[in-house]
Amino acid sequence: MNREYYGKLIFELSREGRRGFKLPDNGCPTPAAGIPQALLRDNEPELPKVDEPTIVRHYNNMSTNNFGVDTGFYPLGSCTMKYNPKINEEVAALPSFAALHPYQPAETAQGALEAYHTLQRALSEIGGMSEFTLNPFAGAHGELTGLMVIRAYHDSRGDYKRTKVIVPDSAHGTNPASAAVAGLKVVEVKSLPDGTVDVAALREALDDTVAAVMLTNPNTVGIFESRIPEIAQAVHEAGALLYYDGANLNPMLGVARPGDMGFDVMHINLHKTFSTPHGGGGPGSGPVGVRKGLEEFLPNPRVIKRDDGTYALTDSETSLGSISATLGNFAVQLRALSYILSLGREGLKLAGPLATLNANYVKESLRDLYELPIDRVCKHEFVFDGLADKSTGVTTLNVAKRLLDHGYHAPTIYFPLLFHESLMIEPTETESKETLDAFIDVMREIAREAATEPDKVKNAPHHTPVRHPDDTQAALTPMVTYFDLKAAQS
Amino acid sequence: MSHRYFPHTQADIDAMLQRCGMGQMSDLYSDVPDELIMHGDYELPQEYSEKEVRDFFNALGAKNRQLTCFAGAGYYDHYAPSVVKSIISRSEFLTAYTPYQPEISQGTLQYIFEYQSMMSTLTGMEVSNASMYDGTTATAEAMLMAVAHSRKRNRVLVSATLNPATRKVVDTYARYHGVTVDEITQRDGCTDITDLQEKLEQGDVAGVIVATPNFYGILEDYSGWSELCHRHKALLIINCIPSDLGMIRTPGEWGADIAVGDAQSLGMPLSYGGPYLGFICTTKALIRKLPGRIVGATTDAEGQRVFVLTLQAREQHIRRDKATSNICSNQGLMALYTAAYLSVMGADGLREVCEKGVSGARYLAAAITATGKMELKYPDKPYMNEFVMKSHIDLDELMARCVAQGILPGVKIAPDEILIAVTEMCSRKDMDRLTEIIAGM
Repeated sequence: MNREYYGKLIFELSREGRRGFKLPDNGCPTPAAGIPQALLRDNEPELPKVDEPTIVRHYNNMSTNNFGVDTGFYPLGSCTMKYNPKINEEVAALPSFAALHPYQPAETAQGALEAYHTLQRALSEIGGMSEFTLNPFAGAHGELTGLMVIRAYHDSRGDYKRTKVIVPDSAHGTNPASAAVAGLKVVEVKSLPDGTVDVAALREALDDTVAAVMLTNPNTVGIFESRIPEIAQAVHEAGALLYYDGANLNPMLGVARPGDMGFDVMHINLHKTFSTPHGGGGPGSGPVGVRKGLEEFLPNPRVIKRDDGTYALTDSETSLGSISATLGNFAVQLRALSYILSLGREGLKLAGPLATLNANYVKESLRDLYELPIDRVCKHEFVFDGLADKSTGVTTLNVAKRLLDHGYHAPTIYFPLLFHESLMIEPTETESKETLDAFIDVMREIAREAATEPDKVKNAPHHTPVRHPDDTQAALTPMVTYFDLKAAQS
Repeated sequence: MSHRYFPHTQADIDAMLQRCGMGQMSDLYSDVPDELIMHGDYELPQEYSEKEVRDFFNALGAKNRQLTCFAGAGYYDHYAPSVVKSIISRSEFLTAYTPYQPEISQGTLQYIFEYQSMMSTLTGMEVSNASMYDGTTATAEAMLMAVAHSRKRNRVLVSATLNPATRKVVDTYARYHGVTVDEITQRDGCTDITDLQEKLEQGDVAGVIVATPNFYGILEDYSGWSELCHRHKALLIINCIPSDLGMIRTPGEWGADIAVGDAQSLGMPLSYGGPYLGFICTTKALIRKLPGRIVGATTDAEGQRVFVLTLQAREQHIRRDKATSNICSNQGLMALYTAAYLSVMGADGLREVCEKGVSGARYLAAAITATGKMELKYPDKPYMNEFVMKSHIDLDELMARCVAQGILPGVKIAPDEILIAVTEMCSRKDMDRLTEIIAGM
């Protein structure tokens, strides 16, 4: 980290008289414009005035205060932080795609539409679905879209009383939140002690007011729901639809398809399973797939292939409506298609099993020192309930922070909510045995430290550029802009 | 079996399986019922080499037409500086995720803080979140915010001059969330304030959504609107085009409670629809109703100024079905794009972008009018860089002729109306070529 630049905001590098731009002369006289003064802003925006070299050094120094997959091991559970291939960036930046206006005539964007359609077909094959829309911008947006598909389906049958969604208590937070945005009531069913769905409780909750059941399989504890055929049958007998939260699709690549498990609607996080970069929290992409018979409810517009081999945009009358003005995060879709082609059908068959192997390997290598609440074969991730030895007072948060000292990103902590000290590890298939062995050594070292020098772990991190930021102060007096800081100083 | 993205050797796999007490890879899936196991291959191509991937996309790209762009309708062809593209390609930014661990995520947290600061001063609002997906979903979320804020009201008024693509998304969210959307009629391209007043007086209005510039490129005068809305306890939501805010009156100056829109106009590649960035800015009074991530400044153990995710009690991972929104991932990297772009441009650059659009638009509008084939639909209304032409020639034929010559003349918004946008990317020569095609019809 560069301490000289660290902490300075770009605003603090601003000097009157500096500029970073030069625009072309359009050859038109600058007119008085004829815009009344009352419609113009009174003061110019307080943006920084900086030159190009200053900008480059500022942001490059900031980037060194950051940790990405390219920096090191990132075992953040539920986020599938796999390697993001470089060719995908090159593809996404091709001017022959990047320069296209979303409203230019379909005849002039045939290559883009073909890319969309090709990815749509590939995801349908992988998901075991009939058709996908790629329009949703992220996983949570996909969930919302999928629930709208389900509502549009029930509405089309005049079945208006279905106003509830059942989610297990282990579900990702976005599941209940998406249901609420879609105007549905959330019914939570408790999981069994082994983390799987309580099928009896689920049956109990199913009736003719349930629109959908949302599950992720493997679930958020990393366990495959083996009774999924039985669950699907119960859900369908009750007239509800089964929704697949694709956040955990990665271990199923090449092994089993959600469509074959009985799911009716699903989303896929392209930024997880299909390796598009997470970008510090987006842009993602959350395509939604449906089984045969539900295609007409997908959002407008849809991309279709005509009999003559050309591609066109089309709207369906019975569609749920539009959830975007365009075809979504198109450049993210290009990256995912590039990844699927690069893996090919052989690579796809390897990806899921290797992710699963990596997770089980780490689990088996640490289970003597960390509490393993569910002792079964896991899929791409698993959950420890903190250290096995609870007498030291060292918490999951402490372990996570101590990992930062050793140059690792922390696992997901305190999720799922089933355990007090959840520590959720997802290694992904792009990590080598050596990387995992080194991580395992560090995790074992931290467990030893917790027993011998607990304070060292409790006070971690020790070596990061920033230590123990005061979250309480941040929330009590929110300082959310440079101008807030300036006002506080004066 | 191996692949260039997977480091595993057969020896690694054997050793790892052994530690797991397993003999073969299929043991990892012993819990998956056999009838669910896919025994064959996906019907997908075999592994492509990198060259084949590149060739594949180049061949697809060759089926697209790159056109000189006079199309806007919410998405504009502005110059994308190389320095911005270079900054967002830094892999420490690109391959990070949501900054849950502030100790090793100061880069992400700081650029979001800078982004929030820039969007606040640009829109004239007090606070911004860390970004939304795009302008249409941000507008829909602003509607939900108004409804949640009002607690009991669930009716929202939307101006007929709002971009119809945004309106469609607002309608979808409203339909499923149980919000009633009523349209405020327009008169001569502007929102009808008499109609607004009448509809406000009917009661139950949580929010009013208008736009600047509006869909027709017109700058509407919203003097007194915020007072009017507030008298009826409704929030005023202004959808705006941020590059125009280098010059025009801001949502903050109009007294808006929420400013929303799409930041694509801040130099983002058009990319056939995304990724762009939705922004949502508001007042301090409403900060706890904001959807999505917010970054705040604080201090660490050594007294350094540092940045953290804050006010997380609003969010889905804490509040679940009681959260202000379901949003999780947003458009992080595009927030960095925006911060870097606005650093490059500054207030002066942004104003120059506006001036060039304004001067070009007037030049082109006058030149097209002089052909006698089209006329300005709203000649008396103030506009920025985009305007509606009423056409006396066939617009489909015009589109075909223009495309043949490498020009996208605009967006057809009615059988005889075309919306034309001019940015700093359009030279006088480009405009003369477009005018010539129109004159020749």
